[in-house]
Formats: sequence, structure tokens, C-alpha cells
Amino acid sequence: MTTRLQAQARPDSLLLNMGPSHPAMHGTIRIMLELDGERILNSEVEVGYLHRGFEKTCEHRTWFNLLIYTDRLNYVSPLINNVGYVMAVEKLLGLEVPERAQWIRVLMSELSRVSDHLTCLAAMAMECGAFTAFLYKMKAREFLWDVIEQTTGARMTTSYIRIGGVRADLHADYEAAVRKGVDETRKVLKDVRGLLDKNKIFLNRTRDIAVMTPENAISYGWTGPCLRSTGIAYDVRKAQPYLTYDRLNFEVPVGERGDNFDRYMVRMKEMEQSLRIIEQTLPALQASAPTVEAGGLEPAEAIRASRTRRPESRVRLSPNLEGSEKAVYPGIMAADKRSVPPPKEDAYTTIEGLIGHFKHFMKGHGLRPPKGEVYFAVEGGNGELGYYLVSDGSDRPYRLHLRGPCFHIVAALEELIRGRYVADVIPTFGSMNMIGGELDR
Amino acid sequence: MEQENILTALRTAFPEAVLDASVPPTDPAVVIRPGDLAAVMAFLKAEPRGYAMLLDLTCVDWPDRPDRFEMVYHVFSPASYKRLRVKAALPADGPAIASLTPLWKNADWLEREVFDMFGVRFEGHPNLCRLFMYDGFEGHPLRKDYPLRKRQPRIPMRSTP
Repeated sequence: MTTRLQAQARPDSLLLNMGPSHPAMHGTIRIMLELDGERILNSEVEVGYLHRGFEKTCEHRTWFNLLIYTDRLNYVSPLINNVGYVMAVEKLLGLEVPERAQWIRVLMSELSRVSDHLTCLAAMAMECGAFTAFLYKMKAREFLWDVIEQTTGARMTTSYIRIGGVRADLHADYEAAVRKGVDETRKVLKDVRGLLDKNKIFLNRTRDIAVMTPENAISYGWTGPCLRSTGIAYDVRKAQPYLTYDRLNFEVPVGERGDNFDRYMVRMKEMEQSLRIIEQTLPALQASAPTVEAGGLEPAEAIRASRTRRPESRVRLSPNLEGSEKAVYPGIMAADKRSVPPPKEDAYTTIEGLIGHFKHFMKGHGLRPPKGEVYFAVEGGNGELGYYLVSDGSDRPYRLHLRGPCFHIVAALEELIRGRYVADVIPTFGSMNMIGGELDR
Repeated sequence: MEQENILTALRTAFPEAVLDASVPPTDPAVVIRPGDLAAVMAFLKAEPRGYAMLLDLTCVDWPDRPDRFEMVYHVFSPASYKRLRVKAALPADGPAIASLTPLWKNADWLEREVFDMFGVRFEGHPNLCRLFMYDGFEGHPLRKDYPLRKRQPRIPMRSTP
């Protein structure tokens, strides 16, 4: 089987494979190049090396179960994927989410967005030779991931945002950790800007290279930082505010030329805005902080006591369940008993709670959204992350389709590198932030 | 309100093409005759409608319906932030619809994906081949009659030319 490129290549040109296993092709993607010397005459991008059948798998899982697969789409900002899926289901169910849970979702989304941009720019800078900038950014990312790890219990496979709210409340000293993360990231951004913004090597490899016009970007369906680098200020958070974004002050930075450097710059400026948003969420989170009294009955004791009458005092939960006590439940989970699992205390000590628990998790029961279809989009790290869900009224999605933002962005790669040099592929590809999990699904 | 305007405009411009339409509280959506897709999409893309962006393109398989494959297009206007869903149902045998590659550049990959996953043919597509799956893959994995755990035959080893 010859590829299109092989069939159309000039007889005197050189065909070269970049990838699928190449240090600069983070993720796995194959770029076939037709070269005349170092100049790229034509290219063909082959994707699908990371195709796991995400959509097919989800159609065979229940609405609740498939949440874990959404972690694995954009694996540098898994929390935003969770938010997108969960909010699409909530739109289908017509579920109201408590305000505190919404603020927590905003905080988590923005932390993920910063870490997403940091990862992208770190890799891009490293591939242009700026290894120091890479290390600085990776350092900043660790501080942000500390917050995520302490809150969700995992670094990447978080599954923290649940249908109806979030799994658990923030941990006790989240605020100090968030402030530390914000301060450290600010310092790093300042350092990195000092290292790269006027760096001749970096500018030569990014300025006016792989220029995207606004018309072309629209035609390719670009969204997110890459679209904004061409000067179009479309941001889902501003255009169709979800969660509490309409109450937050932030700007949407745009670029002028749509080249690699603008894509770098827009991401840098967006991180500053995200840090601003993170700081604005803290007062709201403080104001709604619940109080959980210490002590209480052991679960075994509580079950024994509940045989005669419902125990009055609090049931002490396993440390694994910290943050999802009954006392904090109204702040983090929707009140609709049919859509969210009951608090563990109730599941342990009351028959209604136990029934509710099994109705939620048992096969063939679970959530049953009404028949219909819904499209819901959030602003992911790369752009508009949309879920298209079709429900036939059963406990599984009839169809689930993800609109991955980098699918559309990478589709433009062939056109962007045509006529450039081989070395230009690296920063161009780096500035696109191709994420295999989201692109290949 | 504006969404109703676009539906009215569509009905006026294509009195026979629009089969069904729905307005908020659900997402605004319109069902059209598959034969008129290219004309309707060109109409939507042109000013003053201004749905200049093809956000998403996918397909839903309904094996029990006579028109088995339901194509779903999401278009978006970057100026007014309006969205519209356009649907067209295709028959079970030999599903084919006009390609949108002359209108939008990202339709190239999106249509290849639907061809790969559902086996819908796009007339006028410049390079209609599988996107995610490899050459030699049998069947179309997102069709409902494709089993979740189906195994594929081994393909013979090839030497690269």
C-alpha cells in the first residue's frame, strides 16, 4: 500500500519519516516528508497510533463508569476533560450543581490549564534548545500538581469531578498549597520570559514561521490559544460562560501574526490570566468552607447501633473518604438523590442510603438520562473541548463523541510546514500541543 | 430568538430540504434532506448567517431505522457565538453524502474519520481513506453491529519500499 505522498512524490525528491517514534513527536504521530534538500515540498501526517477506541468503549460503559476514560484523553489536563463530560451529562439531566462545587471545578480547571500550557511550552522550548526553560516550567508544574494530588489523590488519573458535583471537598490546607503554586509559577513565568522573549535563537526559530491566517484558522476549525494567536478572541469561557466564569475578571489575550512565537506568547499570557482566576476563586471558596467536627463512631459501631435506631453522632469514615463526609455533601454534590450517590454515612447506617447506593452503582440500574442529544463545550487547554452525547434512555450512552481541539489543529500541520525547512517542523509541532490521547481517542 | 430566525431563513431558502427543526430549550437543530447538504451548508457559511466554522462532524448508527446513518454536523459562528446542529439521515446500504471539503479544510480529516468508523462515503473527498485504523482493517468499528471485543485478522508483513 503506497501512501498518497509516495504516489505523488517527484522522482528526484527524498522521502523521510519523522516518527511515529521520534523524540520530537511527543505522543506518537508519523509525519512523512518529501524533501528537496532540507526544504519540505510536501508532507503527510498519519495519526491513529494511540487509538484506543475511546468512543466504542464508552458506549459499552454506564454513564458513571466511563468517567475514568475521560481522564485519559488529554492527559496533561485530565480535570478539564472530567468537567466537560460531567457538565454535558448534567445538561442532559438538567442537574443543578452547588456553588461551592462550581468554584472547586473552576479552580481545578485553571490549575490544569496552567499545567497544560506549561507542559506544552516546556517541550517546545526544550526542542528549540532551551533546556533551562524546560526545567523551570517542569518545576512550576510540580507545585500545581501538588495541589491536584492532595485534592484528588492522583496526579493524572484523577476522576475527581463527578456527575452532580465533585468527589470530595478540598483538603484542609489547600489554600497555602495553592498560594505557593501561584507564587512559584509567577516566578517561573517571569524567568522564562526573561530567557525566551528576546532570545535570538528562540526568535529565529519561531518568529514568522508557520504563519496561520485568521481565515485559515477558522476554516480548519481551530480553537483555543492557537486560534487566539491569529487575533480572534474566541474563548468559550467568555463566549458562553459556564460554571462561575461570568463572575470572574480575566482577559483573553490574542496574538497578531499567528506564527509560532504568537502561539507561545498567547499561552504565556493565558497562564497569567489563569493564575488571576485561581486567586479570585480563593475568597469564594473560603466563604463557603464547611466545618466538619472531629471524632465520631467507627463504621462497625455505627452499623451495630443502627440496628435499633439511627445513630445520632457522626460516623467516622476511612481516611480514603476524607472530604466526602455527609456534613460537606450539600456543598459538593447536587441535592437530586436520583442522580448522585448518597453519602457513605447513610449507605452504612440507613436502608434508604443503602438502596440509593446500590441503585447508583448496580449494573442495569444507575443513571438514566432522558432520551435526547446534547452538545456541551468547555474551554480545554487546547481549545473547545466538546462532548456530543446521545441518550436512548438506557443506562449507557447510545453515542458519545468527543470534539478534541487538537484534532483540528494538527490537521493543519501539513499546510503549515509546506515550503519550510525540516528544522521548522519541530517548533511548529511543539507550539500546536498535540496530545495523542485526545487526537486519536 | 435569533436561532428561530435562522431556522425560518433556512425554511424560506430551502422549502423542501428542511424536514424538521427544534429550538431552545434544546440545542437548535435542523434535519435536512441529505441531497441538499452542500447547498444548505454553503448557505449557512455565507454572510449574513456567518456560520463560518465547522466545529464537529460525526455520525450516529441506528441499525433499526430504515435510514440507518445519521450524520451530525455542528456549525458555529465565531462572530455571534451561535451554534447550529444540522442532521441528515443516510440509508443503510451504500451510505453516501456530499463532501464538505470545498467549504471547510478540517472536513478532510473529519470525513475520513467517519468513513473509517462508519463506512459512510463522501462524494468529492480528495483522499478518502482510513484515518485512525490501518489499511487492511476489516469492518467499521463504531457501527453498532461491530462487537466490542472483535479481533482482527493478522495482516501480512510488508516491506517498506
